[in-house]
Amino acid sequence: MTAFEVNGRKVDLEVDPRESLLAVLQDRLHLYGTKKGCDHGQCGACTVHLDGRRVVSCLTLASQVEGREVRTIEGVAGEDGTLHPLQRAFIDNDAMQCGYCTPGQIMSGLACIAEGHTGDDDEIREYMSGNLCRCGAYVGIVAAIRQVAGPAEA
Amino acid sequence: MTQTARGTGSDLGVGAGVPRPDGLLKVTGEFAYSSDLYLADMLWGATLRSPHPSAWIRAVDVGPALAMPGVHAVLTHEDVPGERFYGLEHKDQPVLAIDQVRYQGEPVAIVAADHPETARRAADAIVVTYEPREAVTDPRRALFDPGCPKVGPEGNLVRHQPVRVGTVPPTAEVVVTGEYEVGMQDQAFLGPESGLAVPAEDGGVELFVATQWLHVDQDQIAPCLGLPKDKVRLALAGVGGAFGAREDLSMQVHACMLALRTGRPVKFVYGREESFFGHVHRHPARMRYEHGATREGRLVYVKAEIVLDGGAYRSSSPAVVGNAASLGVGPYEVDNIHIDAYGAYTNNPPCGAMRGFGAVQACYAYESQMDRLAEACGLDPVEIRVRNAVSQGSRMATGQVIDSPAPLAGMLRELAAMPLPGSSCSPDLRALPGGVAQTTHGEGVRRGVGYGVGIKNICFSEGFDDYSTARVRVELLGDEPHILVHTAAAEVGQGLVTVQAQIARTELAELADLGAARVTVAPADTSVGSAGSSSASRQSYVTGGAVRAACVAVRERLAALRAEHPGLGPAELLRAHGPVEETREYRHRPTHPMDPLTGQGDSHVQLALCVHRAVVDVDVDLGLVKVVELAAVQDVGKILNPPALEGQIHGGSAQGLGLALMEEIQVRDGRVLNPSFTDYLIPTILDMPPMRLSILENPDPAAPYGLRGAGEPPTLSSTPAIAAAVRAASGLALPRVPIRPQDIALAPAAPAR
Ligand code: FES
Ligand code: FES
Repeated sequence: MTAFEVNGRKVDLEVDPRESLLAVLQDRLHLYGTKKGCDHGQCGACTVHLDGRRVVSCLTLASQVEGREVRTIEGVAGEDGTLHPLQRAFIDNDAMQCGYCTPGQIMSGLACIAEGHTGDDDEIREYMSGNLCRCGAYVGIVAAIRQVAGPAEA
Repeated sequence: MTQTARGTGSDLGVGAGVPRPDGLLKVTGEFAYSSDLYLADMLWGATLRSPHPSAWIRAVDVGPALAMPGVHAVLTHEDVPGERFYGLEHKDQPVLAIDQVRYQGEPVAIVAADHPETARRAADAIVVTYEPREAVTDPRRALFDPGCPKVGPEGNLVRHQPVRVGTVPPTAEVVVTGEYEVGMQDQAFLGPESGLAVPAEDGGVELFVATQWLHVDQDQIAPCLGLPKDKVRLALAGVGGAFGAREDLSMQVHACMLALRTGRPVKFVYGREESFFGHVHRHPARMRYEHGATREGRLVYVKAEIVLDGGAYRSSSPAVVGNAASLGVGPYEVDNIHIDAYGAYTNNPPCGAMRGFGAVQACYAYESQMDRLAEACGLDPVEIRVRNAVSQGSRMATGQVIDSPAPLAGMLRELAAMPLPGSSCSPDLRALPGGVAQTTHGEGVRRGVGYGVGIKNICFSEGFDDYSTARVRVELLGDEPHILVHTAAAEVGQGLVTVQAQIARTELAELADLGAARVTVAPADTSVGSAGSSSASRQSYVTGGAVRAACVAVRERLAALRAEHPGLGPAELLRAHGPVEETREYRHRPTHPMDPLTGQGDSHVQLALCVHRAVVDVDVDLGLVKVVELAAVQDVGKILNPPALEGQIHGGSAQGLGLALMEEIQVRDGRVLNPSFTDYLIPTILDMPPMRLSILENPDPAAPYGLRGAGEPPTLSSTPAIAAAVRAASGLALPRVPIRPQDIALAPAAPAR
């Protein structure tokens, strides 16, 4: 059995050693908010936090998360449904079109802010470059992260 | 998905920057994409695809797959309950291969099993005996070599569309020629093909699917299942991007067949690699152009041969050829035109709809020619375009008169007057081409500026009966007036649900009580009439027009009721009378076929212009390109929703950037070499530069609110602008897109110009 936490809830599952965290989140826990765009670590759509650090869940084996904390997009808003400021900022800045990349962008954006990589917009772009958006909502994504991170350093 | 928004008419009506109502679900991860659908008893589908671009099938043994535990069904073409062929315009594509395969990746058999991995392994266990044969992979040979094997049902010609205007003189004061190539681009939507088919009690099936046009799916699926249309009911699941790739069927018939066979829900989700084989791509093109002009740079004639490789099946190739022909000289006034546009069948991957189809390829070539002409005439690239620019009243190559504003010269002047970005003398590696992967200090970096102009037809052309249907209902819910808008139009990310609600607010605002009413846009499904496709930049125009018409009809009904019961407000009327509901179809004005010999005819409804300026830094030693800035001027007639519109221009420009510099499905001998995001590169947030936009609102009187479709035009002009900028920086001819690093770094020593 592999025991870990997802969004503050304890999970205890028999996982296949080859099973990815993404597959477990989607197919076993029915947490479909985390998206699969490539399953090969190329697009960032499946980004989640593992002990507070961002990882691509498609390249993370479920068996590796034993005893660790996983946070997905479903765990970002408050218990009462209050949006996290970054979620609000994505809406305010129309930082999405189809929205398929959005959960991954938000998980990455949260980490980007927490890591302090928001000194200027170029730095935000550098540290968000692992998350593809085919709809091209990049302008809004930078603006949303900027809105939450505060003004750029001079 | 049901989208509800609340607020007053004026701040949430047409023209307001209303946030998308589906945004809340999208930022919380609750928006249900087709890949997220789940039923406890569902099975998983998988597809066995041909490894060969061209082969006879001598035998198929499904036995080993059927014997695997957990496998519930294995089906081949023999199990197709109804018609065995389907297609958008022409039924030439088999549901499952029959005796032969015509492209690599063609579906041969399908499996349903209780686990996705089991389904995949079972598909692999099917034994197919192929007899490979010569693959036709050169479209010119397919078209012009009489000895070439035939791929299509009647040969290899999908469509030949000539355009003949005036008499092309043998020469002119200035003549420039060029051969250009556009590679095969993939739509690469981020959410791969997926859907869930659920067998229904009446012997029919319900399909929840990400698509661009529910009714054309239904029209194709039902005959293949041998069912009447009312037994094949479709509902739109969340769509993870489309860009044309969901206009043709992918897993739809397969999922329904398996669901009907097993009596269980069946879900298909393609992986990324499979997705590269699961949908049509942008037609690669080979184009020869000759432009003749006066010494002053005034166009005298244009000759062109445009060859579009449609791959193994027809899909929307005929319309793509029509666009390339009718828009083949671009938005320029030319008296003498001789164009031949061809679509070819080959054993390459099938090509069909992608944002800007047909127009994108031609635009790249004619704009490259305009730059050559500018140089030959000693003119500035902006000036040569201004001198030849169309305007309202100009005649297109088809003879069609542009009957709404087309202020191209002014757009170009405005674009050229925009300030240029500062030079990159920054020591920051991130500012250099290649970014942090740079291995130099920027010694080889040169700056270039380029311009591109594009013209795109909006809505379906050439006599197609193009319409949309909207049902609008006003009723009291919990004693509050409520407006329900129901269409079958596919929200694919463009913001259509937002715009439908905005239109309802605007049209029903004058009913005092309704101004502040809740507006809900109902989930799209086939229980209402067709909305047509979410393509050709047409939904704001056509579905927007239908929603407006239905709202006007509701308004008139309410006004009549009010006249009968003076003194009652809308809410009281609704209480007394019950709900008021109206359904309307909206058609844009008719279009006409192109003459098959001369290409003449009023084939388009509306034409939209976009112009781009690109500023690039090119490391001429390493072949790396950084797009420093893109600027664009686009005339949209009327802005319905500013942020959604800007998003379309950013997104369209990004895909044009991809085509210019990064994106190509590499096909060798009919086989795809790079079906992954490691090898097929799409623009990241680092590749896409900031944009400077100017959006004009010169209304088209024929269109609802005067709007002009906006999603595609930026995809046209961005590509040639970037290519021109790279040429300006490098001094190389670069006739082919995407421009690869080796095209720059390993170019022959003597520059072509
Ligand atoms: S799905 Fe994990 S990176 Fe694309
Ligand atoms: S919003 Fe569609 S991929 Fe980013």
